[in-house]
Amino acid sequence: MEVAGEVLASEFQLHVLAVDDSHVDRKVIEKLLKISSCKVTTVESGARALQFLGLDEEKGSLGFNGLKVNLIMTDYSMPGMTGYELLKKIKRSSAFREIPVVIMSSENILTRIDSCLEEGAEEFLVKPVKLSDVKRVMNDCIMRGETEGNNRRRVDKRKFEDDNHASSSSSSSSSIPSSPSSPLPSSPSTAATSSPLHSLKRAKLRDHN
Amino acid sequence: MEVGQMQRRLVDYTKSLFMEGFLDAQFLQLQQLQDESNPDFVVEVVSLFFDDSEKLLNDLTMALDQPNVDFKKVDAHVHQLKGSSSSIGAQRVKNACIAFRSFCEEQNIDATLRCLQQVKQEYYLVKNKLETMLRLEQQIVAAGGSIPMIELGF
Repeated sequence: MEVAGEVLASEFQLHVLAVDDSHVDRKVIEKLLKISSCKVTTVESGARALQFLGLDEEKGSLGFNGLKVNLIMTDYSMPGMTGYELLKKIKRSSAFREIPVVIMSSENILTRIDSCLEEGAEEFLVKPVKLSDVKRVMNDCIMRGETEGNNRRRVDKRKFEDDNHASSSSSSSSSIPSSPSSPLPSSPSTAATSSPLHSLKRAKLRDHN
Repeated sequence: MEVGQMQRRLVDYTKSLFMEGFLDAQFLQLQQLQDESNPDFVVEVVSLFFDDSEKLLNDLTMALDQPNVDFKKVDAHVHQLKGSSSSIGAQRVKNACIAFRSFCEEQNIDATLRCLQQVKQEYYLVKNKLETMLRLEQQIVAAGGSIPMIELGF
């Protein structure tokens, strides 16, 4: 694990949960999101997504590795639970209804788009998803966060400060690229988490000092 | 062959793949996503595509070989293949899948069998071309050169 060349992770990186049954699409969306400075967790089904969120057990919005999910991007057509069904479950849950959900679909069907938006989807992206689509979604989320979640974020920030006794440097989050990351040793087999915890990075920085 | 020559050869070859419609802009997008932190990104995605496609083509062959063809199942497989080929920019495979799906809707067994042949053909063609292209890239890197970025005017 590299330490010397490591860039300090921005304080607030969007953690995106990407849901898609296609292996190829999971790989591509993961790359698109990482390049856009997000933390990414990919899962292959709606059921796994709900498990990751802890929806069945009402643990709150912390995933297995303790990172809050800021955005869910899901494919529409999946076997078992469709993206639409996942969207509904999320929007009808008190714990997770605030999380923005973006639907991705290869089919540009107006009635489909309408029903997704009606159920509360933020956006409907037509596949293949491009970098410009992802960047736009990120900007929308960050803008949303600015206007809505300021109080919540301050609480999160304070929590990290308390945990790590590190002073937080506030730099603009969107311009700092995420460093190459390795999977957590304790992460579950199906959800491939691709970024270390904030606390890990802060600990390293502390060691450096 | 020196690096410059290999690079020119690669550029010409890649351009021809776009001109002939084997690849579309989505493939360029993938190439642009590749960087030093993940220099094998394109190879990895393409490999996943090959694995997925071969499984799907097998499933399709079996599904169309049944006495009572389940066209819903066939359509589901074609939909998946269409999706992954679209995601990597394998345009001709994607287009073959689109045609395939319309015949699935009609539940036309003869036409769907022909479509399957067509999709297989397109798949093996693009597989061959991508492997050739990736091999050229490997040779350049092995010789110490860098892979030129393709700029397309169209």
